[in-house]
Amino acid sequence: MKEDVMEDSSRSEGTQTGEHLLPQLVAHLREHREKLRDEWVSRIRDAHLLEAMTPQEMSAETTSVYDNYVEVLETGSVEALQHYARDLSERIIPRGVETHEVVGIVLLLRDVLARSLFEKYQRDFALLNHILDAYEPAANRIANTVAVSFVDERERVIRQQQDAIRELSTPVLPVRERLLILPIIGVLDSERARQLTEQLLSGIRTHRAKVVVIDITGAPDVDETVANHLVQTVDASRLMGASVIITGLSPTIAQTLVTIGVDLSKMNTIGDLQGGLEEAERLLGYRVTRTEVPEDS
Amino acid sequence: MNSGPALVSILRQGDTLVASIHTALDDSEMIRFQNDLIEQIGQHRARGVIIDVAALDVLDSFGSRTLRTISEMARLRGAVTVIVGIQPDVAYAMVRLGMGMGTVATALDLEEGLAYLSTLRATRSLGRGGTARG
Repeated sequence: MKEDVMEDSSRSEGTQTGEHLLPQLVAHLREHREKLRDEWVSRIRDAHLLEAMTPQEMSAETTSVYDNYVEVLETGSVEALQHYARDLSERIIPRGVETHEVVGIVLLLRDVLARSLFEKYQRDFALLNHILDAYEPAANRIANTVAVSFVDERERVIRQQQDAIRELSTPVLPVRERLLILPIIGVLDSERARQLTEQLLSGIRTHRAKVVVIDITGAPDVDETVANHLVQTVDASRLMGASVIITGLSPTIAQTLVTIGVDLSKMNTIGDLQGGLEEAERLLGYRVTRTEVPEDS
Repeated sequence: MNSGPALVSILRQGDTLVASIHTALDDSEMIRFQNDLIEQIGQHRARGVIIDVAALDVLDSFGSRTLRTISEMARLRGAVTVIVGIQPDVAYAMVRLGMGMGTVATALDLEEGLAYLSTLRATRSLGRGGTARG
């Protein structure tokens, strides 16, 4: 493709090829580094991008992005940039920087540099064409690389968090003799429901529990699958001689369950964890009384 | 009692029969166990039956259905049945395959089962409720 374009414009400016133009281009960008970088930063600010960063950070990051950018133009190798982009993403993702911001700043830099090229070569349109032929593919590859690295990094973070959530053990907590609490926090999928049931059942055996309170206040949503898992858990616990009290069904969840028609008639449900504990204590024959004068702490 | 090696032991403890299943039973052994147990409820005038399945690491659908049948037959002969010692894995597999224990009482282990029966006895509901004693 490059060859075609060169033939097209060969009549204008001698035999300069893309490879020859690139060093010239890079030299230009190096020469006007400060001015172009400042121009870029001010455009980033105008576009309200990267507002999570302090001016110092912005200045440091934009300088290194700029240098990396020019280096990729010079060497044509995106490996170093990939590495840097991953590193940068790792630092800025926790600050809440969004994909559109990262892509936005790289595109802004591309435009700023392109304009400076227009300005420099405006007198010689054919040469400008050559320069842009050399510049555009490289610039687009850079934008692509940065965006992909950022998204990759973000996906890695998401995967990591998913694993962390999955590995979070669902604690089976003994609160009194023969009374266990199982707080369910987070999304309950089939795999997790299975783990949870297994942990609960072995907890029942270990602690010789007679009553288990499952608190689902922390479960964001309960659908049919989850509800059926809960029913199974309750049945399995009953087979091991423990009765189950479910607490923390929010109004929304209650409505969902009734609407989708899950049969919860066998389930002992109580509004909140406090009520559930009181009921459990009643089942176990505990009576909790308050001493008249609170003891000094 | 059983002919052949002891796959199941049925012991009398007061007015309670304690049947321990020691190993996985095939269908015909299960039926023989059922007949023996129901027979002995009458012989010993038992009011409570505890079936201990703690040694089983698997309980198939025929097994769990037979346990339900035994419980119902025992009720007709005047005894309350408690299944004890269902292992966590077995319990989970049973509910996943949809083979619950219906209305049969279950307890964690033998001790719990005995405690359950004595609670029933204390509230005088043991063996009542229109059951036919043989």
